[in-house]
Amino acid sequence: MDLTATLPLPAARRARLRRGWRKAAFGFSVAVIVSPAILVFLWMLSLSVKTEVDNTAYPPVFVPAHPTLGNFVQVFTENSMGLYFWNSIVVSGLATLVALAVGIPAGYGIARAQAHKITVLILIARMTPALSYLIPLFTVFQFLGLNNTLTSLVITHLVITVPIVVYVMAGHFETLPRELEEAALIDGGSVWTSFRHVALPLARPGIVVGTILAFIFSWNNFVFGAVLAGRATRTLPAAVYNVLTFEQLAWGPLAAAALVVTVPVLLLTIVIQKEIVVGLTHGGVKA
Amino acid sequence: MTSAAIAAARPGFLARRRRSYRLFALPALIVVGAVIVFPWLFTVWMSAFDWTIGSAAHFVGLDNYLALVTNQRFLEAIVHTFYFTALAVVVPLVLGLAAALIFHRRFAFRGVLRGIFTMPMMATPVAVALVWTMMFHPQQGVLNYLLSLVGLPPSLWVYSPTWVIPSLVLVEIWHWTPLVMLIVLGGLAALPTEPYESARIDGASEWQLFRYITLPLIAPFLVVAAVIRTIDAVKAFDTIYVISQGGPGTASETINLYLYLQAFAFYNIGNASAVVVVFFAIILALALLLLYVRQRAKWT
Repeated sequence: MDLTATLPLPAARRARLRRGWRKAAFGFSVAVIVSPAILVFLWMLSLSVKTEVDNTAYPPVFVPAHPTLGNFVQVFTENSMGLYFWNSIVVSGLATLVALAVGIPAGYGIARAQAHKITVLILIARMTPALSYLIPLFTVFQFLGLNNTLTSLVITHLVITVPIVVYVMAGHFETLPRELEEAALIDGGSVWTSFRHVALPLARPGIVVGTILAFIFSWNNFVFGAVLAGRATRTLPAAVYNVLTFEQLAWGPLAAAALVVTVPVLLLTIVIQKEIVVGLTHGGVKA
Repeated sequence: MTSAAIAAARPGFLARRRRSYRLFALPALIVVGAVIVFPWLFTVWMSAFDWTIGSAAHFVGLDNYLALVTNQRFLEAIVHTFYFTALAVVVPLVLGLAAALIFHRRFAFRGVLRGIFTMPMMATPVAVALVWTMMFHPQQGVLNYLLSLVGLPPSLWVYSPTWVIPSLVLVEIWHWTPLVMLIVLGGLAALPTEPYESARIDGASEWQLFRYITLPLIAPFLVVAAVIRTIDAVKAFDTIYVISQGGPGTASETINLYLYLQAFAFYNIGNASAVVVVFFAIILALALLLLYVRQRAKWT
């Protein structure tokens, strides 16, 4: 029997005990709140390095006795993951580049002309379901014979990348001091030179954030690729879904492919930890 | 010399400069016009036609909309959408608030743990949905195994018409609670310290501090989180499409799923366009409702 629980304790010891309990309870709540995030990713990793026998075993095998990279080899050799990975890089890369080319000057113009009404357009764009862009664009691409091409995918992904870059850049240019640009203008420079040689070099951090966010959101998009792409032009998320779930039902390769899609995004996320919220809440709903 | 002084010296200078700043936005406006505004107009226009790809289009006026009003399947999809949205907004808000209160305190490895906690938010939705599909598997899935460990009976998860929407919401909660947490955390970081000090002197309990000081002060942030969460939950597509395809039957068919079928399984563009317009009106109404609440919250 535990005597300490019934015996009266000195006040100091009781206080220490209570503090200890509180600390333990707090630690427990941290564990509870963090564990779902970590467990799903660990399970993904576990499925991807196990053989099919281990993956279908019950009770489940959590840590395999003989981990294998066979699933990864399989998705790259038999399911042409390499090609789809490349497609995703081309589509997201080009869509991001075009967005930067038009979005950086636009963000600058909006910030300096104080044309905040344009951001309402971005908010409405944020609210519109992605499928509603897809129907008209699909019809036009059909007419132009562009369906199943990477070009049509790059164009459609601009729906995602341009608003993000404009929004991030407009916000960033607003935080930059105007004095240096004023000086350049007084020295006889044009508005363009003060943008090109004064504001642009200062905006590099904003450009990095805008680039990464645009790339991630484009990379994660599924439905555009699922509808517009042909067999050879699928982007990664569409390919993982189509190839691996319809043509075969093996868990190991599926998890391996899912990991291949997700890891680049998670790595990029680490770079811009703090600015993620800006990207996800874009559309003018500022706190 | 400030721009005001320049303007005084040279009339029309500022207006001219403002115009040249506007020119900077021109390329972006052209792109936005082509890929965003054009689809909006095209959709509204097509919603007045009876048109299936491959056949001729007929102008039918408002018939597509009238047909939707009596379309049982569409009406059920609206109900499913609201059910899904309500759960996928409220639960992440509550959990996100709790998580924010936890991460607002200082403790060992806070930065790393917060990083891990926010990982789901950026993970590719399709990839995550596929892993959850495997976890939901009634025979070999790890979730039923975990239930059995704590002595609970196995669930059919997404294979049960009753549980499919709550199960899908579970994925949504996992995915998006971190976003709510980050928004609320921003609010907590901006809290003043004085009210707490004087309230403590007056003998307020921890709960009272939270209820009467913290909660009112971070309410605007919760509303922002609610707006964003609502817009995203109403539009949820990837997770539902990958995990349940709207099934079993049509038990988890939301407006977006119905829209997808109309457009890209039946190529019924006229009907799908009408669905888009109604769908957008619903999203807009919900967002405005929440922003109205936010406006009201500011006054009190």
